[in-house]
Amino acid sequence: MLQITNLQARVDDKPILKGINLTVKPGEVHAIMGPNGSGKSTLAQVLAGKADYEVTGGSVTLDGHDLLDLDPEERAREGVFLAFQYPVEIPGVSNSYFLKAALNAVRKQRGLPELDAIEFMKLVKAKMKLLEMDPAFLSRSVNQGFSGGEKKRNEIFQMAVLEPRLAVLDETDSGLDIDALKIVSSGVNALRSPERATIVVTHYQRLLNYIVPDFVHVLSDGRIIKSGGKELALELEAKGYGWLDQEAVARA
Amino acid sequence: MSITATQTTSSDAREAYAARVEAARGRSTEPAWLTSRRAAAAARLVTEGFPTTRDEEFRFTNVAPIASKVFPAADVPPGRASLEALRAQATVPGLDAHELVFVNGRFAPELSSADRLPAGVRLTNLASTLGADPALVEPLFGRAIKFDMQGFTALNTALASDGAVLVVDPDVVVDQPIHFVFLSSAPAPFGAHVRNLLKIGRHAQVRIVESYLGEAGQEYFTNAITEVEGGDGSQVEYCRVQRESMSAYHVSGTHLHLGRSAVFASESLSLGGGIVRNDVNAVLDGEGIHCTVNGLYLVDGDRLVDNHTTIDHAKPHCESHELYKGILDDRGRGVFNGKIFVRQDAQKTDAKQTNQVMLLSDDATIDTKPQLEIFADDVKCTHGATIGQLDETQMFYLKSRGIGDAHARAILLHAFAADIVERIEVPALREHLENLLLERLPID
Repeated sequence: MLQITNLQARVDDKPILKGINLTVKPGEVHAIMGPNGSGKSTLAQVLAGKADYEVTGGSVTLDGHDLLDLDPEERAREGVFLAFQYPVEIPGVSNSYFLKAALNAVRKQRGLPELDAIEFMKLVKAKMKLLEMDPAFLSRSVNQGFSGGEKKRNEIFQMAVLEPRLAVLDETDSGLDIDALKIVSSGVNALRSPERATIVVTHYQRLLNYIVPDFVHVLSDGRIIKSGGKELALELEAKGYGWLDQEAVARA
Repeated sequence: MSITATQTTSSDAREAYAARVEAARGRSTEPAWLTSRRAAAAARLVTEGFPTTRDEEFRFTNVAPIASKVFPAADVPPGRASLEALRAQATVPGLDAHELVFVNGRFAPELSSADRLPAGVRLTNLASTLGADPALVEPLFGRAIKFDMQGFTALNTALASDGAVLVVDPDVVVDQPIHFVFLSSAPAPFGAHVRNLLKIGRHAQVRIVESYLGEAGQEYFTNAITEVEGGDGSQVEYCRVQRESMSAYHVSGTHLHLGRSAVFASESLSLGGGIVRNDVNAVLDGEGIHCTVNGLYLVDGDRLVDNHTTIDHAKPHCESHELYKGILDDRGRGVFNGKIFVRQDAQKTDAKQTNQVMLLSDDATIDTKPQLEIFADDVKCTHGATIGQLDETQMFYLKSRGIGDAHARAILLHAFAADIVERIEVPALREHLENLLLERLPID
């Protein structure tokens, strides 16, 4: 479903991704771990199409379609969803307007009719329950004045409404207390499905206790240096990242 | 060079205006104090003239197109159809307000509805009050300003014969908003000089809306001054909505004199006008005053909107908040000048000023200048100006959810402007202005 081949990207003149290879099949959850500066977030943002990063080589396809040729909005309509590490505040734009505009843009691409106000509210209310969100939230401005936990819940809530083919969660656990982490994780788990591929980018193993991955990859200096099952995350938690770098150096 | 030519013409213009004042003097029934103020103002206009770009306060705003012409009073009343259309446009759906309507600067009682006033509120027009109760007008006319501040003020003092007069007695809470409506429509260019005089008593509360509307495409000149005397502990929300014809000239002065613990919140929207100059001068003349001065200006085509504000912190423990936002497109020009004075006495002043501007085209320009003069040492004063395009992070966020580029731009632009409108406390007016904004900055 998602095929990343030898992906290289740089910001300004600094290479960040130095040849990523990754295949994610429908229904799978892949965790990408790695120390600060390893390129985790860059990978997430490159998949979503952020213009700050220049792709200098390789390819990314989703269901056989080349993603790198598409604008961010076209990728989203193809089914790519990035849950932001730092969700953006947009004063003056209500959550409900924002979500409706997004949902209808995505539905149009899928050949579905636009939802009217009543259908939209029905859908949104069901999804809000999933994330235990206060209905008053809909009339508030996007992320404005939200706590860290509310912002992350809002990301997963948007994901629940938009039902992407590929979900990329960028450090969704950062800044969350344990209660918020549980709510967010159960939201993500509820969205696991045989049709959906999920990439979970995280620095800590803690999140993976709640969102149990099928595969774990370790990213270091722009490359995946080790892949394994969920037990790899536990090993990383116990030993840190240092031993992997040494292993990589030893292999080189 | 054109300045010389302009001055010659302008000199003719002001002589013509002075002659009008002189002619009126002979047949005037006005009180003597006013006649002499008018004569002095006309004399000031003749000697000092209208401002030019050589005046610091008008450096970026060339008013020669106004100063070089003589705008006569409108002699012919507008046709019924045109008037009804304008009146309908000025109507705020759901706004249950006391309304005074003026047409081409003259009071139109048949269009007004100010007959259900609560006790302790006087709402009349200047022309009739000058006849019936000149003693009421005398202390208010020119109370908050000096008549000779600059050419347009002098011209207004010389010629303003009508406008709204509102006196709210102490402790009176006026539930319904009060709406002054100024409609302009005439077959030939004309000038309307209006003077609004507001006295809000001690601990009184009132919400005031001033609307200016003109027939599309017409060239005319509105020269409007509003003087507000806000008593101790008074609470005023004041909203000014300028929707003149895009070919009109609009020069306004809002002059506030506020007393101890007064709360004054204002929004000024400049949506129309070809050349627009708004001055707001607030004197915070008592302790514990809260004064909010917000503004929004939308400028496109070859239009120009200039906002000059002065907040004078004369006493300690006052707060002033100022947020102006502008959207400039095409060859539109914007000017913002925000002065804040903090007098030596005015310790514990908290003053905040912000001007945020969106430039949507390469040819649009903004000249923005904060000007803080602080003579007290224990104060908090901040100012900031941001000039730019839309926030790229916000754009990416919207697009990453499937929203297209043009739609995302429209959403953010609208939100930028709506921020000011959303601060308006009168619900019906806020909704009306949100709809007007949607027409100007559509999002779907």
